[in-house]
Amino acid sequence: MTNAMIIPARRRRLRSATSEPTLVKWLLIGLCLAVLTVLLFAPLIAVFDEALRRGWAFALASLSEPDAQAAIRLTVLVAAITVPLNATFGIAAAWAITKFDWRGKAWVITMIDLPFSVSPVVAGLLFVLMFGANSALGVWLVANGFPVVFAVPGIVLATLFITFPFVARELIPMMLEQGRAEEEAALTLGASGWRVFMTVTLPNIRWALLYGVLLCNARAMGEFGAVAVVSGKIRGQTTTMPLMIEMFYNEYLSVAAFTMAGVLALLAFVTLTLKSALEWRYADQLAATHRH
Amino acid sequence: MAVRSFTLKAPTPMPGWGLSFGIMLTMISVVVLIPMAVLLWRGFVDFGAAAMWDVVNRNRVWNALALSFRAAFVASLFNLAFGVLLAWVLVRYRFPGKRIVDAAVDLPFALPTAVAGIALTAIYAPNGVFGSVITQTFGIRVAYTELGIWIALIFVGLPFVVRTVQPVIEEIDHETEEVSATLGASRLRTLTHVVLPMLAPAALTGFALALARSVGEYGSVIFIAGNLPNVTEIAPLLIVIRLEEFDYDGAVAIAIAMLAISFALLLAINLIQIWSRRRMGAV
Repeated sequence: MTNAMIIPARRRRLRSATSEPTLVKWLLIGLCLAVLTVLLFAPLIAVFDEALRRGWAFALASLSEPDAQAAIRLTVLVAAITVPLNATFGIAAAWAITKFDWRGKAWVITMIDLPFSVSPVVAGLLFVLMFGANSALGVWLVANGFPVVFAVPGIVLATLFITFPFVARELIPMMLEQGRAEEEAALTLGASGWRVFMTVTLPNIRWALLYGVLLCNARAMGEFGAVAVVSGKIRGQTTTMPLMIEMFYNEYLSVAAFTMAGVLALLAFVTLTLKSALEWRYADQLAATHRH
Repeated sequence: MAVRSFTLKAPTPMPGWGLSFGIMLTMISVVVLIPMAVLLWRGFVDFGAAAMWDVVNRNRVWNALALSFRAAFVASLFNLAFGVLLAWVLVRYRFPGKRIVDAAVDLPFALPTAVAGIALTAIYAPNGVFGSVITQTFGIRVAYTELGIWIALIFVGLPFVVRTVQPVIEEIDHETEEVSATLGASRLRTLTHVVLPMLAPAALTGFALALARSVGEYGSVIFIAGNLPNVTEIAPLLIVIRLEEFDYDGAVAIAIAMLAISFALLLAINLIQIWSRRRMGAV
């Protein structure tokens, strides 16, 4: 009887002590939504609005032009080479860093993170310096029929640099948390190294791996600065989708530019949806910072 | 123990050391280490520090560097304040559409920068949806001015602070705030004196990440900036211009200057962070 009278009163007081007044709450929510509308949602709507300015048929026709088709093919090709390489690197780095004790780990992790604080333009510059016309290596490679700069290998290298930390950064904290006990148990039971990886480690990290691959792919397909520097922007040959957007835009082909931008925006949409789905569904199997 | 401390790797039955370490080292060398070494070699050995200084010490380059770092700083400061607020709203309040908003925060990570660039230009240009309204009411232009660069960099850096602060807010005990309230602090005082200091280290991490990203940002800026030398020409664009003129030494010098300033800034932020962590105890 007395309990029933005290508890509601106490609850009401607690709630008011650790939350803001309702009016303030709704003002803050409104402010956030307003800023996000102006900064995030409006540009997204603008992409599709500009693309469809002259109708669906016109927009779709711009995508079927040979140059646009070549750009789409090149972007898919670059992502198809970069993402698996990056995933392989990420798994290898995470395995070496989390399953063994060795000196210099901190340095290696710093090296993996380095591309995050380097401008994409500088990333492109690095490979122009290494393989460009003014380096001995670059001249030799061109003479032997394997140009790197102003060709697909350069675009792949620049993209690899830009996306370098994505998978590794996802897996390292995850695998540190999981420890080594499960792998060690499998080893004592006589499993081979490869079998331990395939049947013990991989199932544990698959969602985190997918998460990293997803973000890596989005960045690989959308990278602009680094690719712009190394590609030479040869129409139909070394022009990726983001570069094609710039070309169309500078030629005042607004619909073509925004239609191609719309395709990449749809890709971003798919990426975000899958990413959120992973965060909701497999929160416990992702690195702690992504749990909601 | 003494012997062990001299070995590079502790012995373990775990397989795959050679393979994983080999792949890792090869990729780091080919993709990051050797290219960075080549850049520094080109700058300091082939070209020389004095010659690089001559290239950088010109009005146009200084103006570009100053603009890049100033705009990145302004945008990241905005993102610091707004990011903490948004993270708070997303964790503590309930409102319709919250999940969608939460997912949309990562849009700048997923949307290619060139797409963001032309889209922001379309709405903030003098004849755009927002641009025309702003010009008519305030008499200022957004696109093709420094303001436009701020907008683009705010867009690019938006998710960083939110995503670093969000998990910290989720882990705050309500009890801490209750104690503060029972000791007679107002809600505002509790927020500024109890909650905010707890968020500071994570917020600073987000700030540093946003700053590092927006200093070097190129794709989203060049469309909205107008790219007028000395006024709206960012440092990465100047590197591209030097490369197009086949002035490799000039490009290298500006790139090294950018890297040097970035690392000095990140180091400073790291020191502030260590200081604020120490002040907070073991948070």
